[in-house]
Amino acid sequence: MSLQGTGTLFRKEVLRFWKVSFQTVAAPVLTAVLYLLIFGHVLEDHVEVFPGVGYTSFLIPGLVMMSVLQNAFANSSSSLIQSKITGNLVFLLVTPLDHRAWYLAYVGASMVRGLAVGLGVFLVTVWFAPLHLREPWWIFVFAALGAGLLGSLGLIAGLWAEKFDQMAAFQNFVVMPMTFLSGVFYSVQSLPPVWQAVSHLNPFFYMIDGFRRGFFGASDTSPWLSLAIVGASFAVVAAFTLRLLKSGYKLRQ
Amino acid sequence: MPAIEFHRVGKTYRGARGTLRALDGVSFDIEAGEFFGLLGPNGAGKTTLISILAGLARATEGTVRVMGHDVVTDFAAARKALGIVPQELVFDPFFNVRETLRIQSGYFGVRGNDAWIDELLGELGLADKAGANMRQLSGGMKRRVLVAQALVHKPPVIVLDEPTAGVDVELRQTLWGFIARLNREGHTVLLTTHYLEEAEALCGRIAMLKQGRVVALDRTSALLAGTASTMLRFKTDDPLPPALAAQARVTGRIVQLKAQDAAQVEARLAALRGAGVRVEDLEIGRADLEDVFVEIMRGAEAPA
Repeated sequence: MSLQGTGTLFRKEVLRFWKVSFQTVAAPVLTAVLYLLIFGHVLEDHVEVFPGVGYTSFLIPGLVMMSVLQNAFANSSSSLIQSKITGNLVFLLVTPLDHRAWYLAYVGASMVRGLAVGLGVFLVTVWFAPLHLREPWWIFVFAALGAGLLGSLGLIAGLWAEKFDQMAAFQNFVVMPMTFLSGVFYSVQSLPPVWQAVSHLNPFFYMIDGFRRGFFGASDTSPWLSLAIVGASFAVVAAFTLRLLKSGYKLRQ
Repeated sequence: MPAIEFHRVGKTYRGARGTLRALDGVSFDIEAGEFFGLLGPNGAGKTTLISILAGLARATEGTVRVMGHDVVTDFAAARKALGIVPQELVFDPFFNVRETLRIQSGYFGVRGNDAWIDELLGELGLADKAGANMRQLSGGMKRRVLVAQALVHKPPVIVLDEPTAGVDVELRQTLWGFIARLNREGHTVLLTTHYLEEAEALCGRIAMLKQGRVVALDRTSALLAGTASTMLRFKTDDPLPPALAAQARVTGRIVQLKAQDAAQVEARLAALRGAGVRVEDLEIGRADLEDVFVEIMRGAEAPA
């Protein structure tokens, strides 16, 4: 695997979203702020999730993580499908870069975008409610793992989809429900037992719960369990993505 | 060692609408330094063969090597040795011309390549477009960038897949001047084209494909010599007598008739006069590659 070639593809992927950062970074930050204003305003006086933690404070890390995840997914998936549909993927297909180089570059750039948007959301929303950084290492660990996992899922979706509507379906029917039902807007402990059990089957729940742990020092489940589940999910998804790339799935006829 | 080796290459596409045998046992070598033409009608398998060479498609059976490197098991070395100019006019709208070339260079692990990039831009008449976004370029300019992209890592083997389709005369001149120079400097060139006069002018050797098989493979001069050497060309508005019509190639008002020797030229003219056909602008000339092509494609109706 060529480091120079991998680095070039990574930089190209970062440059691609950075050149349209108004759309790829600023817009998702604004969306997150709108969520915060609306949900925070409506629910602030009604919900106290953890003792002493108001709803807006609880919501901010959830929104940050949701932005990280959605944008990491959007980066690899939209880059790949655009290149496939416009045909310029051929420039990459004729290079000596192997499946590992593709994976590192696409997922690495997805992580950069996810984390950049997450940081943006954090910097804009942190003024709305008191926040602490009680166990900050969890913040970095779960943000990075979550971005990597969603960047990989984005690669799978980008490889699989042949049209933009298939991509939209993947986003709307898989990624959106899994993020929204993961506890971004609520603590799963406030759910009826059946839905609590269902939530515990969703790996996204552990990403957000572990991420939130870094802020409040409290979480719905142990951060170590979350780390194990998220780490294992990442390993499985990464291995599957690498296999698809190596086989040339929908890339090389 | 040949620059390119095709050994019993076969490709079968299996789809919902049945199977298509795009290539069937294609074998030939292209020696280093050759300017080689790959000709054939649409659907003959030219682009499939080039896609397998470039790693864009995988052969169902057989092997392909570039400078001795297998395109599947040793793909990185094979692709480093290859520069491909794709048929489709594709580009990445996020970047300008120089960025595009720097990125392509980086993919191949070539660092600090600006001197060569500048030379390419100059040779291809793109020097004043270096900062222009790809979206702003005309079709002809985009085609030049495709050529520059293919050459940015200085590959010893250059593959051009119908590079002059829909391209203006000026670019054709620029392009062929440049490619011919690279060939003289030792690069191997594989060209597919629909313009047979280009192939005749440039290619030392030619393979013709039809329905996925090689139906002719020889030096261009040998192909030209091996066919009827004389062609009668004229214009007429009258119908030809049936015996001649069966052998003639008619393009609008222009009729072309093969003749083996002077006696046959005379006989043909006598037959035309006898049938009352008014002949204008009569020329007697040598057969060109187009005549060879048509003859071979006709002869290969039922491939052996």
